[in-house]
Amino acid sequence: MIDKKYLSVAAAVADIPDGATVMIGGFGASGSPVELIHALIDHGASGLTVINNNTGNGEVGLAALIGNGQVSKMICSFPRSSQSKVFPALYREGRIELEIVPQGTLAERIRAAGAGIPAFYTPTTVGTILAEGKEQRDFNGRAYVLEPWLKADIALIKSEVADPLGNLTFNKTSRNFCPLMCMAATTTIVQTKKFVARGGIDPEHVITPGIFVNRIVEVPDPVHEDTLIAEGRSYP
Amino acid sequence: MSTGWTREQMAARAAQDIPDGSYVNLGIGIPELVTRFVPEGREFIYHTENGMLGMGPPPEEAERDLDLMNAGKKYVTALPGAAYFHHADSFSMIRGGHIDVCVLGTMQVAANGDIANWSTGAPGAIPAVGGAMDLVQGVKRIYVITQHTTKTGEPKLVETCSYPLTGPGVVSRIFTDLAVVDVTPDGFRVAELAPGVTFEDVQQKTGAPVLPPN
Repeated sequence: MIDKKYLSVAAAVADIPDGATVMIGGFGASGSPVELIHALIDHGASGLTVINNNTGNGEVGLAALIGNGQVSKMICSFPRSSQSKVFPALYREGRIELEIVPQGTLAERIRAAGAGIPAFYTPTTVGTILAEGKEQRDFNGRAYVLEPWLKADIALIKSEVADPLGNLTFNKTSRNFCPLMCMAATTTIVQTKKFVARGGIDPEHVITPGIFVNRIVEVPDPVHEDTLIAEGRSYP
Repeated sequence: MSTGWTREQMAARAAQDIPDGSYVNLGIGIPELVTRFVPEGREFIYHTENGMLGMGPPPEEAERDLDLMNAGKKYVTALPGAAYFHHADSFSMIRGGHIDVCVLGTMQVAANGDIANWSTGAPGAIPAVGGAMDLVQGVKRIYVITQHTTKTGEPKLVETCSYPLTGPGVVSRIFTDLAVVDVTPDGFRVAELAPGVTFEDVQQKTGAPVLPPN
């Protein structure tokens, strides 16, 4: 019987190698898999390329992973916010690389990777500096920019409910990039608030089918980045 | 001395130009105020890029759900009939031309409809684009709400944007504290003046030629 359950976040991330490309689900604090990220900090893999919409907040979660010197490059759409300080400081010192990608293009590049489509044309960035050096082509008299797929070795994801086969549901806007990242990574690692038996999720309600998921860890009472920041916490 | 429109009045004026039943995406800042001025008898459905249609107002502190945010990363609510979806679907709505109106703030708008609202391009500035470039290319109608000039009095409506573009030739109408200004094939044209504001006031504070109301 297939059972993708792992017993701890530490075990689930234990083989992430140095230099891996890691997608991390979430949009700001919403949907951020904080326990998996902290396990990756404990694990210590370095030289990582991280793909996320943002660069984390405060000194927990993604910001803590960056602050711990484990990330050499960020691929994101919006690297700063009112509470991000770790990334901006390292970036200004030239100690971390940044690839800026418009949010919709970021989502579609990830989706394309999962869907086996190596590149696609999009109108986004036409006529801007972000289109410089990229192949362009006209379709029906309008210009489009060629964008490549974006794959990863690992995806770290937070779900609401998971079953042993890896079928997932998400809660509200914490879904964001998660279903796309599950498709685009070689190994998708999920922390789930609820772990249910087979049949515990109505097949009509499955958001991410289990074929896209490799490992599941139950984290019944996950911490939330905003709560940790409000409490002035840092990690480790 | 011109009086002009307040931020709320600018938002209310923009809301007048959004048809009933529109799917609407609102940028951060003054555009967010549009929700407070929906004209009587109309319904707008709000889209937020991070994955929801049917976004409602901010919750009371005790009612807030940590998994329910808008694209500005503020806590919001979901109205009856709301839907959640992932980012590829959300940006399919945007890029695919399914969103009717987007109301954005800006740093500059040019007479040909170019908009610059994502980066100053200054050395040391951290570029942060988010969904702005997708929105301006994909949404059917792009409105801008902005003060007519910067805090230091520089025109924000200009002949050519000096900041890096978000998108070329995409803006159709601009709502400022002084006037409603259309982007036409002949450049800026005043559609309506705010109370107490003259056409000459608008021309003087605009960095490009402005045509008088038709």
